[in-house]
Amino acid sequence: MSIILNRVCPGLFLDSVVLMQISRSIASLEGVEDSALMIGTPSNLDLLDNAGLLKDTSRQAAGGDLIIAVRGKDDTTALRAMAKAESLLEQPVTTIKETFELQPRSLRSALASFTDANMALVSVPGEFAAAEARKALRAGLHVMLFSDNVSVSEEVELKREAAEVGLLVMGPDCGTSIIGGVMLGFANRIPKGDIGIVGASGTGLQEISCLIAQAGHGISHAIGVGGRDLSDQVGALSTLAVLEMLEVDSATRHILLVSKPPAPDVAESVVESLSRSKKTATVCFIGADELKLPNNVSFTRTLKAAAENATGILFKNPKKELQYKIPKLTPDRKLVKGLFSGGTLAAEAQVLFLDQGVSVASNAPIAGAMQDDALTGHVILDLGSDEYTKGRPHPMIEPAVREDEIIQSLADPSVAVILLDVVIGYGAHSDPAGEVARVVSEVQKEKPIVVASVTGTNEDPQGRKYQIEKLVDAGILVAPSNADAAKLALHCIGRND
Amino acid sequence: MSSSFLLGNTIRKANSEALKLMLGADPVLVDVVTASEAIPELEEGMILHSGPPIDWDRMCGPMRGAVAGIAVFEGWANDLSEAEHLAESGAFKLRPNHDFGAVGPMTGMTTLSQPVMVVKNRTNGNHAYCTINEGLGKVMRFGGNDASVIKRLCWLRDKLGPVMGAALRSGKGIELKPLVARGLTMGDEMHQRNLGCSSLLLRTLAPDLSRNVDDRDELSEMLAFIGSNDQFFLNVAMALGKSMMDPVCNIEGSSVVTAMSRNGTDFGIRVSGLGDEWFTSPVEMPEGLYFPGFSAEDANPDMGDSTIVETIGLGGFAMAASPAVAGFVGAGSPSSASDFTHIMGEITLTKNPEWTIPSLDYQGVPTGIDIRLVVETGIAPTINTGIAHCKPGIGQVGAGVVKAPLACFEKALRALAIRLGV
Amino acid sequence: MTKTSKNPKGETKVPDNNDIHTLLEGPPRVINIGLSSFADDLKKQDIEMVNLDWSPPARGNVELANLLSKLFYK
Repeated sequence: MSIILNRVCPGLFLDSVVLMQISRSIASLEGVEDSALMIGTPSNLDLLDNAGLLKDTSRQAAGGDLIIAVRGKDDTTALRAMAKAESLLEQPVTTIKETFELQPRSLRSALASFTDANMALVSVPGEFAAAEARKALRAGLHVMLFSDNVSVSEEVELKREAAEVGLLVMGPDCGTSIIGGVMLGFANRIPKGDIGIVGASGTGLQEISCLIAQAGHGISHAIGVGGRDLSDQVGALSTLAVLEMLEVDSATRHILLVSKPPAPDVAESVVESLSRSKKTATVCFIGADELKLPNNVSFTRTLKAAAENATGILFKNPKKELQYKIPKLTPDRKLVKGLFSGGTLAAEAQVLFLDQGVSVASNAPIAGAMQDDALTGHVILDLGSDEYTKGRPHPMIEPAVREDEIIQSLADPSVAVILLDVVIGYGAHSDPAGEVARVVSEVQKEKPIVVASVTGTNEDPQGRKYQIEKLVDAGILVAPSNADAAKLALHCIGRND
Repeated sequence: MSSSFLLGNTIRKANSEALKLMLGADPVLVDVVTASEAIPELEEGMILHSGPPIDWDRMCGPMRGAVAGIAVFEGWANDLSEAEHLAESGAFKLRPNHDFGAVGPMTGMTTLSQPVMVVKNRTNGNHAYCTINEGLGKVMRFGGNDASVIKRLCWLRDKLGPVMGAALRSGKGIELKPLVARGLTMGDEMHQRNLGCSSLLLRTLAPDLSRNVDDRDELSEMLAFIGSNDQFFLNVAMALGKSMMDPVCNIEGSSVVTAMSRNGTDFGIRVSGLGDEWFTSPVEMPEGLYFPGFSAEDANPDMGDSTIVETIGLGGFAMAASPAVAGFVGAGSPSSASDFTHIMGEITLTKNPEWTIPSLDYQGVPTGIDIRLVVETGIAPTINTGIAHCKPGIGQVGAGVVKAPLACFEKALRALAIRLGV
Repeated sequence: MTKTSKNPKGETKVPDNNDIHTLLEGPPRVINIGLSSFADDLKKQDIEMVNLDWSPPARGNVELANLLSKLFYK
């Protein structure tokens, strides 16, 4: 009979990445069935409850308290796990150690010493994110809102307030911005150039900017506006603001906009803005139908095509370049399982499948794809989406959250191909390819084909070259872009023309 | 411009005004008069107490002891037992000191015939009142009510009060801001430690006191009374605080705390933008050190109007000036005293340039408690307090640190938000 | 504070001379609020930044945190 132990630590806060790392250490102890360390917000309490980790007494905990929860096979195991968790919490966190004086605890005191700050990068848990963003706006700061799980109405309220005082809100769920070469959030080291990117998609920005770099070109800025900016409710408030900024920016010659297909009215207002531009532009609406566009604007529907259009360079056909050694599949292996950390990368993969007439389901389906509750047929999952990141770090920061899915799929006899994105760069895990390679290598017996691409550059801390090598060493097939990886997956199941 | 943006400006302007009034105060000890003269509303059977409003049946032991004792002193009852019965039957009008321009330490009894010190805030013209500190040991502020306590109150009423009044009236009054400034350089924080200021006060008063007493023995008795009481200045500091804060009440939109006070049962705060309303929550137990023979089991819950001292940036807020107190109240090592002052900086709006602490390179004391900052940070004001025995009349059993309950500030914040239309 | 105008669709038109362009005018000067790993990344790039030692405001009460943000000023 499993034993559940909880301990509530009042007033203790650590960020979700640190908590996840401690959780992992505990979960790996012998006899421990599951464990989690979370702050006591109502949604986290539900998560713990659903995971069979919550004791009733912990329900009194508040969002400012930390809950340690363990489930072990017996008393001894559970007690040992709890003790280990407590001792790990006492160890200093290995991040910047600034003195008591220099690390302000409130926005007010931060501003008192840092009087000419011009932006805030907000990555607090979703429940608190809107409040932090609002305070930053009141303080006259632009806001990059990395946090997700912020409601649409809060987003609209924040963007309207920002517009009234000439400030920009990037987000919510804005994973990436590169401003004058400075990398904010998840971003790659891209050479300076004259393409200015605005995107309602973090990994879209990353993939396009990396492909631009691969083509020998560069960017002026890449600015994220949050995944919902081009929805009807939000009405492109931030996108329109950024388009005006890029219009005036002397470093930008060509403007590139990337997003999942916007609502028609919103698409119209964005196109109208671009029509008044004196610059050339590329619009990339993932998987959308061709739009009527003014002369200075080109239409594309995949990230790869967007990069090609903006640079004027066509990327070489991988079929000619790389001779993949594709292993033979056993007959019952028919299905493709896409496990993505990047939402737009998952969307681009779906576009390529649907363009080949192959139906596919997803938790974040594009037009023409199915919702994933059917759970039969090919599935492409966006593991960075809100429902997977409640109370947990994003899979790009903490690969462990994707690992379980990969392990499950490796063991699934119906899976033919596992399709992965491996996103590197600043903000990402220190060795995403190493983690994937490890998990794949651990399965010795007959397994699905694993296909991947690496979104990044050689100048990133992880080094794209080295990351590719690690994957190849583990027997993974690596394509030069996300689009090419999807094509390769289709090729493996005999569906690529 | 949307109204929600304007709100920030409204509050900022209101708080600016509040701080200006606080820092611009000019408190002077000008007189000692009979309470009935200072507070015309006082009548027979009316007893002012410390803290927010409270009924007899919710009063703690020492408070009840003091109510019974003061009733006997005023001649409203023949003995303590009769006084208690009268109190129980509702015969007495029990009101907070704060509603009448007064403050009182611990039980804080203020009634018709008692002498009260008068502090005038010359900038605004308002007055604040506080009784004269009785000394240490068995005293009414700790609930003492036997014959010795009554006798001493009579002496204050008949001897020291009138003489002190005459002495103060004969001069220009004693400017209190500079006196406090000097005290801070002498190791005082004006709540648990008043040795420097008490000494400076006696030094200033002595010549005029002497001129107003003919009898040498009487003079000697008065000088000894004041001179032997390290905490004599506490009551002056309290009246000073009240005189500084009263003009700050009722500034529309201001989130500055104008009063913090306890009655042994409830802790109450008042906020400038919310006028007279008290926001209360049960008092917390002080954590501190006990005199030999006493322990936490003997402790009475937190009590007194003396938290007006923290409200103006002294007491626990100025602990950096008073390392000795840190050890005395069990707050930690003397060197940790400055941490308390530093932390109080997170919940206050400014530093007082006239009250500076040498060991902090003459940084001013953290001033202007803002309920928004308290609620946001979860940092409650730190108060240095004496601990009374829970049984009436025994006296002080220790000293410690107590926090103002966060619930008071959360209640006040919600009320302010509603008032401002959020 | 600058005024904005709205086009017939009710969408905000960003005027010519306002704060918004300042964002691209030089390296951003950042206050990091949240994941400490982001602060580490910013530090490595040598830009002007401050890391806020953030913990949930108002003892984790979301309702109070939202109220406070509406009463905030610099």
